[in-house]
Amino acid sequence: MNIPKTGARRRTIAGHGLAVLVGATVLSGCVQIETPDKPIEINLNINIRQEVVYRLDGDAKKLIEQNSEIF
Amino acid sequence: MMRVKMWKPTGLALAAIAATAAIAVAVPSAMAQRDPAYAAARAAGQIGEQPDGYLGFASTPTPAIRALVQDLNIKRKAAYTERAQATGSTVEQFAFTSGCNLIANTKPGEKYQAPDGRWLTRDGSPPVRNASCP
Repeated sequence: MNIPKTGARRRTIAGHGLAVLVGATVLSGCVQIETPDKPIEINLNINIRQEVVYRLDGDAKKLIEQNSEIF
Repeated sequence: MMRVKMWKPTGLALAAIAATAAIAVAVPSAMAQRDPAYAAARAAGQIGEQPDGYLGFASTPTPAIRALVQDLNIKRKAAYTERAQATGSTVEQFAFTSGCNLIANTKPGEKYQAPDGRWLTRDGSPPVRNASCP
C-alpha cells in the first residue's frame, strides 16, 4: 500500500518540479520583455520636469540677462 | 549778481554731466559682455550650448578653449546653484531651464546640441530642443 503512495508522491513532486521549471521559463521570458521599458521611464522624468521648467523659466531668463558675461 | 545767476546753472549742469559720466562708467561693468576669446570660439562654432545649460565642445578644443569653457561652466553652475536654492528647485532643473533659453537665444551660425546629442548649427528656423522646453 505504501509503494503506490510513494509513486504518487514522486509523480506529484515531479509535477511540482515541472511547474517550477515552466514558471521559471515564463519568468525569465517576462524579464526579457521588461528590459525595453527603460525609455518609458525617461519620458516620465521629462513630463515631471516640464512643470518645473515652466515655473523656473522667468527666473532663468532673468539670470541670463543679468549675467550676460558667462552666457 | 548777473554773474552769480549765470554760474549757478552751469555748476548744476556740470554736476549732472559728472553724474551721467559716473553712471556710464558703472553700467558696462555691471552688464559685462563676453570675453573676446569666448565670443570668438562661439562665433567659430568650436563651442556651443548644450541642453543641460552648460557649454560644450562641438569639435576637439584647444587647451585654451577647454580651460575657458571649464571656467565659464563653473561660474554657470555657481549661478544655477544660487538660483536653484532661491526658487526651491534642483541645480539640474534650473540649469536645464536655462539651457532651453540659451539654445533659443543662439544666433544663426552658432552651434547647439540637439536632445539626441548631435551638434547642429543654428539657422533661421527654431532650434531642435527638448520637448519639455517652454
